[in-house]
Amino acid sequence: MEQFTGKAWVLGDDIDTDIIIPTEYLALKTIEEMKQYGFSPLRPELAAQIGKGDILVAGKNFGCGSSREQAPEVVKALGIRCVIAKSFARIFFRNAINNGLLLIEQPDLYDDMAEGDTVAVTVNQDVEYRGKRYPIASLPENLMEIIAAGGLVKAMRRRNGLDGERGQADGTDGC
Amino acid sequence: MGMTIAEKIIARAAGVESVRAGDIHTVALDRMMSNDGTTHLTVDMYHNKLKNPRIADVKKMVFIVDHNVPSDSAKTAGSQKKMRDFARKHGIDFWEGKGVCHQIMMEHYVCPGELIFGADSHTCTYGALGAFGTGVGCTDLLYGMVTGTSWVLVPETVKFNLTGRLPEGVYPRDLMLTIIGQIGANGVNYQVMEFTGEGAKALSVNDRMVLCNLAVEAGAKTAVFEADEVALAYLRARGREPKAVFKSDADAVYAREYTFDLAKVVPVVAKPDFVDAVVPAGEVCGTRIDEAFLGSCNNGRIDDLRVGAAAMKGRKVAGHVRFLVVPASQEVYRQAMEEGLIRTFMESGAIVMNPNCSVCWGSCQGVIGENEVLISTGTRNFKGRAGHPSSKVYLGSAATVAASAVKGEICTADML
Amino acid sequence: MGQTVVEKIIAHNIGAESVKPGEIVTVDVDRVMLDDIMMPFIVDKFQEMGFDRVWDPDKVVLVYDHLVPASQQDDTRHYRVGDAFAAKHGLKNVHRSDGICHQLMMEAGYVKPGDVVFGTDSHTTTYGCVGAFSTGIGYTEMAAILGTGQLWMKVPETIRVVIDGKLPDGVMSKDIILRIIGDLGADGATYRALEFTGRTVEDMSVSSRMAMANMAIEAGAKCAAFTPDGKTAQYCGISLNEFQQGLRGDPDATYLKTVVYRAEDFRPVMACPSQVDKIRNVSELAGIPVDQVFIGSCTNGRLEDLQAAAAVLKGKRVAPFVKLIVTPASRKVYEEALECGVLQILAEAGAIITHPGCGLCCGRTGGILCDGERVVATNNRNFLGRMGTSKVEIYLASPVTAAACAAAGKITF
Repeated sequence: MEQFTGKAWVLGDDIDTDIIIPTEYLALKTIEEMKQYGFSPLRPELAAQIGKGDILVAGKNFGCGSSREQAPEVVKALGIRCVIAKSFARIFFRNAINNGLLLIEQPDLYDDMAEGDTVAVTVNQDVEYRGKRYPIASLPENLMEIIAAGGLVKAMRRRNGLDGERGQADGTDGC
Repeated sequence: MGMTIAEKIIARAAGVESVRAGDIHTVALDRMMSNDGTTHLTVDMYHNKLKNPRIADVKKMVFIVDHNVPSDSAKTAGSQKKMRDFARKHGIDFWEGKGVCHQIMMEHYVCPGELIFGADSHTCTYGALGAFGTGVGCTDLLYGMVTGTSWVLVPETVKFNLTGRLPEGVYPRDLMLTIIGQIGANGVNYQVMEFTGEGAKALSVNDRMVLCNLAVEAGAKTAVFEADEVALAYLRARGREPKAVFKSDADAVYAREYTFDLAKVVPVVAKPDFVDAVVPAGEVCGTRIDEAFLGSCNNGRIDDLRVGAAAMKGRKVAGHVRFLVVPASQEVYRQAMEEGLIRTFMESGAIVMNPNCSVCWGSCQGVIGENEVLISTGTRNFKGRAGHPSSKVYLGSAATVAASAVKGEICTADML
Repeated sequence: MGQTVVEKIIAHNIGAESVKPGEIVTVDVDRVMLDDIMMPFIVDKFQEMGFDRVWDPDKVVLVYDHLVPASQQDDTRHYRVGDAFAAKHGLKNVHRSDGICHQLMMEAGYVKPGDVVFGTDSHTTTYGCVGAFSTGIGYTEMAAILGTGQLWMKVPETIRVVIDGKLPDGVMSKDIILRIIGDLGADGATYRALEFTGRTVEDMSVSSRMAMANMAIEAGAKCAAFTPDGKTAQYCGISLNEFQQGLRGDPDATYLKTVVYRAEDFRPVMACPSQVDKIRNVSELAGIPVDQVFIGSCTNGRLEDLQAAAAVLKGKRVAPFVKLIVTPASRKVYEEALECGVLQILAEAGAIITHPGCGLCCGRTGGILCDGERVVATNNRNFLGRMGTSKVEIYLASPVTAAACAAAGKITF
C-alpha cells in the first residue's frame, strides 16, 4: 500500500475554482506561469509557501465552480501531493483524477487539523494525525487505473498506440 | 498690429488688449477637463503635495471616465473610484460611460472664445467651435484647478487655407492625414493651425472636429476654426451661448501659410508606426488585416458611423476579422440606433461596444496580439499603440476601415 | 420500474431498456461545446493524446466568448489557435463574436431534447432546459471526446423539485433557483441531477427555465432536467418525437428525494457575498448602497431579462455615480432588444451597453471592481475575487431586482 507524509495547509469550506486560479490568469500560456497566482484571492502568499510534497486539507465542496482544469493542474504544479477534504465538487474531481492528482474524502480530519502539522497517508486505507487514524474509502478501481497510468492523456496515448500497448478507449468519470 | 483668433482668445483670458507670439501670459482658464487616464494622479497630488488644497471654481471642472469603460482591472477600477469619490465630494461635473471626453466636451461644454485645458493631448479638438483647447499634464491641470489660472506662451499661428470641396468618397480624415503627411509629425510644433477659406467654411462642426483633433499629431499646440454661423448653429441647438466670437484680423501675423485644394485629396492611409507616413490608400491595398476599428474622438461620430454603415449594408465582416464599432458618445450611439446604423453593424457581424476610447488607445477591448494588423479610425498608429509591440496599425477613413473589414485586407470603399 | 428524465436520456443514448443510478456507461456524444479560453489547452491535449482527426466535426461547436472583445495582448492567441484547429479539422460551427456559448448552443439549435452534450464550461448544465443531458468537463476529457466521440459516465441519482402555483409579481425564475440553491446548499446536489417539474415550471418560458438549469451547477449538480413541451418544440424549431415526448419522470421513478415548493411563497432574493447559497430576501437587505449593477451573462442576459429591466427603468435614470452595465447574451438577443426598443430604453436610462459576451461575469473585463465596491449582478457566481479584488462584494439577483437597484443606487426591490 502506497504511503507518504506531508506538511498540511488548511483551507475552509467551498474553496472554489476562482480562488484556486482566478479567471484573470486563465489565459496565461502555461500552468507554470499561472501557479504563482494559485489561491491568491484568499491567501495571496500561499502559493509561494507551499512546498513539494505538501498536503492540502479542506472542508466541504472543495473545487466547486468552474470546469477550468487549470485548477487541479495549478494545485499539482505547486507541489501538492494530495488534497484531503470533507467533500469535492464533481467537475474538479474528474479533472483532478484525469491529471493524476490524488483526492481523498475524509469527513473528520479537517475539524481536528492544525495548519503546519504533518499527516501520514496510507492510500485507500487511512490518514494518521496526532496518533489518531482517520479511515478513508478506496477509490473505484477504474479511477485508480487512471491515476496509475499518470492521467487520461497517457491512457489515450496508449489507445492510439503511442506508448506501450493499445489500451481501452475511454475517458473516465466515476461521478 | 492685428491678431489671430488664438491670440485674441489668449488676450481675453489674460485680460490684456493684445498679445503677440512669444509672449508669456498668466491666463484665467474658462474650463478644465480631466479623464481617467490621469485624474487619479492629480487627485493624489491634490491630497499629498499641497499645503492648502482648494478648488478655485468647481463649475470650471469636468471629470470624464472614458479610457477604460467598462473597467478591465481592479487597478483601473481603483483609479476610477478615486476620481468618482473626489468628484462626488467636491461637486465636480462627472461623466462615466457616456463617451469619449472630447466628444462630451463638445456636446455639453465648449463655447467659442473659451480657453480650455484638458489633461489629454486631443483637447485641441475644441477649436472646431472657435475655442482654444490644449492638452496639459496632470501637474498643470492641478495648478489650474487650485488657482483657476495658468501661464501660456503665446504660440505662432500657421494658416491653412482650404479651397474647393472634397470629392465623393473622400472625407475630412483623408484631408487631415494628407496635411499631416505633407507637413510632417512636427510640422507645426508648438504652433496653432488655423483653418480658413471657403473649403473650411463648408465643413460641418463634426468635420471640423476631425481636423482639429488630429492637429496635435502634427505637433500643434492647438487648432482653430472661426466660430461662424455653422458653429453658432451647433451651439444654439444645444442651448449654449458663445463666450466670445473672434475673427482673425486682416493684418494678423502668421508664421506660415499653406493652401490645400480639397478637390485634389484622395483616400489615404497612414502606415505604421507614424501618423505622417501617409500614402494614397491604393498603395497599401491588399495588406491582410486582423482587426478594424471604427470609433474614437477623431472618427466615432454619427457622420462616421453613417459612412461605415453604408459600406457594411448587406455585407459581412470577413471571417478572420474582428470589426469593432464604438460610437464616440451615448448621444451618438442613441442616434445611430435611431437611424438603424447599429442594426446594420450588428447584422454585418461587427462587435459594437459602448462609447469609450476603446481600441484607439489599446486597452480594455479589442487589444491586438503579436504581429497582428489593425486598420483604425483612431488618432495614432505608434508602435504598440493598440496592443502587442510587434503589431501594426494603419490609419484610414471610416469608409476605408469598413471596406477593409469586409474584404479582410486594406481596400477603399469603391473596391467593394 | 420507472425512470427519471436523465435516466431515460442515458438509456436511450446507449440503446438500453433502462439504466440505474450508479451504473457506469459509455455514451455516444451528440454535441460538444468548446470555448475560447480553454481552446489552447484542448488542442495541446488532443495532440498529446496522438489523435489526428476529430471524430465528427459537425458535432463540434467552437465559441469565442470569454475573451471577446480581447482585453489583453495574448487573448487573440486563443482565436488563432481556435481558427487553426477549425480550419485543420473542418469545423463549421464557429462563432467568433456572436455571444455567450450557452446562449448560442440553445438559440442556434445545436441542442435538441434527449441529446447528450458536453462542454468545457461548468454552466453547460443549461441545456437541461430543453430536456437534454449536458454537463461541464475539463479540457483533457474534451480532447478525449474530440478523438473518440465517447465518454464514460456514471448515471446520477436524481433530486426532484416540484413547484406549483403562480409566482408573485416581480419574482423571476432566478429568485426560484437562488432559493433552491440556498435550501440545498452549494454542494446539496453534488453528483446528482436536478429535475424540475410542476405547474409553475410548465408555465415558464424556455428562457426562464434556462436560467434555472444554468445555475444547477451552483448546487453542485451534474445536470438539470426539464420535460420538453410545446414551448420547447417551438424554441428548438422541431416537433417532438415519441422519445422526446416521453422525457418526463415516471410516477414510479426512484428519486433520491423530492422537494416541493409553492410558487406563491417565493420572494425576490439575493445571494450575498461570497457564497451562492447565502440567500437572503431582498427586503432584509434594502438600503445597502450599490456602486455598480451588471445585467447579463448566460444566466440572465436574454431578451426577457432585458425587457424586465427596461420595464423597471423606463423613464427613470440610473442613480448618480452608479454604473449600470448591460451585456446581452448574444448577437440575436442584442438585435431583438434593438428591434423592440428595449436597448433604447436602457440607453436612455444611462446604461453602458456592451457587445454580447461573458463580460463581467467571467471577471476578465467588462466592469471589474476594486476594494470596497459593491455590485449587484444577474449572473451565476459571487465567489471571492470573481469580479475584481477579494474585497469586492457581489450580490446576485434577478434582472428586475438589479434594475431597481440601479435606479435607486442601493439595494431595493
